[in-house]
Amino acid sequence: MTQTRNVGAELPSQQFENVVIRFAGDSGDGMQITGSQFTHTAALLGNDLATFPDFPAEIRAPAGTQPGVSGFQVRFSSSDIHTPGDRPDVLVAMNPAALIVNIKDLAPGGIVIVNTGQFTERDVAKAGLKSNPMTDGTLSGYRKIEIDINDRVKRALEGSPLSPKDVQRCKNFYTLGLMYWLYSRPLDPTVAWLKDKFSKKPELAEANIKALTAGFNAGDIQELFQARYEVAPCTTMAPGTYKNITGNEALAIGLVAGAELAGLKVFIGSYPITPASSILEQLASYKNYGVISFQAEDEIAAICSAIGGSYTGHLGVTTTSGPGMALKGEAMGLAVSLELPLVIVDVQRGGPSTGLPTKTEQADLLQAIFGRNSEAPIPVLAASTPSDAFECAVEACRIAVQYMTPVILLSDGYIANGAEPWRLPDVDKLPRFPAKFTTVAPEGGFLPYARDEKRARPWVKPGTPGLEHRIGGLEKAHLTGHISYDPENHDFMVRMRAAKVAGVRDTIPTPAVVGEPQGDLLVLGWGSTYGSIASAVEIARHKGQKVSRMHLRHVWPLPAGLDEIFSRFKAILIPEMNLGQLARLLRSEYQRHDFISYSKVQGLPFKTFELNNKIDAILGK
Amino acid sequence: MAETQALTKKDLKSDQDVRWCPGCGDYSILNSVQGVLAGLGIPRHNMLFVSGIGCSSRFPYYMNTYGMHSIHGRAPAFATGIKLANPELSVWIATGDGDGLSIGGNHLAHILRRNVDVKILLFNNEIYGLTKGQYSPTSKIGLKTKTSPMGSVDRPFNPVAFALGCGATFVARTIDTHLKHMEATLAAAAAHKGSALIEIYQNCVIFNDGTFDAIADKTVRDDKTIDLEPGKPMLYGKTRDRGLKVEGFDVRMVPAASADTWKADTSSAGPAFVMSQLDGDPTMPRPIGIFRSVAAPIFNDGVNAQVRDAIAKKGPGKLRDLFYNGDMWQVT
Repeated sequence: MTQTRNVGAELPSQQFENVVIRFAGDSGDGMQITGSQFTHTAALLGNDLATFPDFPAEIRAPAGTQPGVSGFQVRFSSSDIHTPGDRPDVLVAMNPAALIVNIKDLAPGGIVIVNTGQFTERDVAKAGLKSNPMTDGTLSGYRKIEIDINDRVKRALEGSPLSPKDVQRCKNFYTLGLMYWLYSRPLDPTVAWLKDKFSKKPELAEANIKALTAGFNAGDIQELFQARYEVAPCTTMAPGTYKNITGNEALAIGLVAGAELAGLKVFIGSYPITPASSILEQLASYKNYGVISFQAEDEIAAICSAIGGSYTGHLGVTTTSGPGMALKGEAMGLAVSLELPLVIVDVQRGGPSTGLPTKTEQADLLQAIFGRNSEAPIPVLAASTPSDAFECAVEACRIAVQYMTPVILLSDGYIANGAEPWRLPDVDKLPRFPAKFTTVAPEGGFLPYARDEKRARPWVKPGTPGLEHRIGGLEKAHLTGHISYDPENHDFMVRMRAAKVAGVRDTIPTPAVVGEPQGDLLVLGWGSTYGSIASAVEIARHKGQKVSRMHLRHVWPLPAGLDEIFSRFKAILIPEMNLGQLARLLRSEYQRHDFISYSKVQGLPFKTFELNNKIDAILGK
Repeated sequence: MAETQALTKKDLKSDQDVRWCPGCGDYSILNSVQGVLAGLGIPRHNMLFVSGIGCSSRFPYYMNTYGMHSIHGRAPAFATGIKLANPELSVWIATGDGDGLSIGGNHLAHILRRNVDVKILLFNNEIYGLTKGQYSPTSKIGLKTKTSPMGSVDRPFNPVAFALGCGATFVARTIDTHLKHMEATLAAAAAHKGSALIEIYQNCVIFNDGTFDAIADKTVRDDKTIDLEPGKPMLYGKTRDRGLKVEGFDVRMVPAASADTWKADTSSAGPAFVMSQLDGDPTMPRPIGIFRSVAAPIFNDGVNAQVRDAIAKKGPGKLRDLFYNGDMWQVT
């Protein structure tokens, strides 16, 4: 890739291993696009990366106010990283509200780039501040770069056919250009993206490219900075072809792949809900993969239609978040009773009730495992990172098809919107688990509730001659599937369904212990705490602490071998973004072990230093 | 082993004992449905019944076809998924006034609005039977039940008006004891392409016996009902000497010679809606038969056409293309 022009060459260039930038502005300032584009370019340069978009639930809260602040944090690195970073090294603040909401996170001595054009008295008042943070000491201890981006953009786009309002909407690309200059990044990928995005509105493409270029050039001409920085490509990533991917994208791809590996087509019935909607959106664009996507009238209709899809021989999928999970509960129970494959995706968010729609949480674990009337066992998986969502989706499809059962796949808002490099799978090496349809009655007649070695019942597509049968939510007689109120039969069927789901354990691996196989402390996690735990344990081990880690992908049934692993550690720490749900589960399943629960429910992921502090406290250091 | 022989009614009876109360109107509905479906020329394995919860929703167990007894009110959602995923199936829903109009009102509205090619039998007995006698969303004002001991003050739904309001493309009403009419109506619904809703007045002998007697009893039926037959004059009475004429938003009783010809396929659903409003007027005959029957795009056709178009344009999706696209980079 070529630099647009060779500017700033005379400035000293400093190498960094990794850098964390946070772009913050008004919801309407385009900070998510700015962050995504920076990420995109970093990915193409071969950096390892992790992102953390953080935005309000309101589409456009009143301009300039603190609730309207939208942020996008990206960490890019020349070495392996697991999190988007605890603290930004650079904060870009487009207005006073963005500054005041984010400044407390900035690393000491960090760079804060302030758009002074948006710091009038009126702007300060809009942010609900009594004094101007530029001058009241708020920024002491930081390297402050002042630049009137409003004015710069206006001048850069002089003579543009755009209205003054539309000109100002190019501010984010000016800012992006400036950051590209500072971190020695090429403009080409973003220029190409803009041309494609605005192919039908070339004047918008041109204006944004001008703003981007002006921002880039300003870095040199304006003498704003003392140095430029470089972050070399990451050389420790495993060889392969990579692309940058968010959790929801990976999950959608995984569902299509999982169905394909089972020889099926996806039927997705979903209802839009934050932060899961983009999975439905993406699957709606995969029609040439035979995906049937149905935007249902509500959460209940969504899962019911998906069960209908499964009944006819598709792989039924429904995607939702916590409140939708609550609504789907009864239908999940029916799916347990019908014993049809179904994948239910819960992209968790802050709760209860509407809660924090755009913030992350892990508090649906017990709901997923137990949240249905009566004994309604369902296997539960949890994705740990954006790219892991792909593998988990494939695994969810496998279990659903092989065991004729609904499966719940937990993701969360942090994984859904966060991005990381995904090493693209080798198609030939993916596991295949073809669905087996019964097409003719076996000797002695067809029994809809007979079972195979995995206790799975036969799957018959309606339309198959001679195998007509009825299924339903009333208790069924073993083998025949007829309605049965017989007490012994009910006891048998309840235990059979439980045994079937428990049997999933036979086809899942014991998770690996990373670090020494024994020691003072095992940090045990599930879901999106993975990155923070991996980073914290790495740091602890560097310090010489005898700490290892383990992460659960299958949270129900729990994999075999945990009891033995737990007994090799003096203590077990479970960090969770809930009030200790996995810890509670493990206390009931493994009563001879003690589990230390470490909870945080702020709608935000754990910071690495928080976990290290906790580890230090436990180990007495 | 495709069935080539014509089906008989008996072929469609399942091996399960029918467990409705003796004298229940559901028996005659089951019998009529089995009779009509046997004559459709559709193989049994391509027929599928979906139901929710309630007395009527036991229906699939008694049909020797494919079937799903689902959860309360949601049959239209299951049926939509089924029909989208396999449009070859002849999909029928059995539901009731509680299942379809109370807990499942939302789904009924949307399946009708979308015009999914599914036939819906709405057994209206104006009572909750399976839960043993509480008022339903179609119970008459003043009906005393266990949950309305002083009489219901809950204004009832008019199922036909509801369906018309949802944009249903086929709306009809029939009576459980009027076998000939029921069979003709079922056959018309079966022939319709798109959603068809048939409200069936169905007597609950235990909890709401005789609720339709004033219009449906054989001794008064000819005088108290009028059969809306598309393309035929709107006549009623034992000797068919009286008729109806629609004038604007009003309907007038006229001598047979002056009666209007009923049209169920007008561009506006207005005439059908006007006829549906006669329910509240005891001086007028109650309309049964086909209120509306119009052609409209079918949801499952549209959805599947898009899948076919996408495959035709982009080619059938391959796993490798699913992964390897967009901006990628190599690590060596």
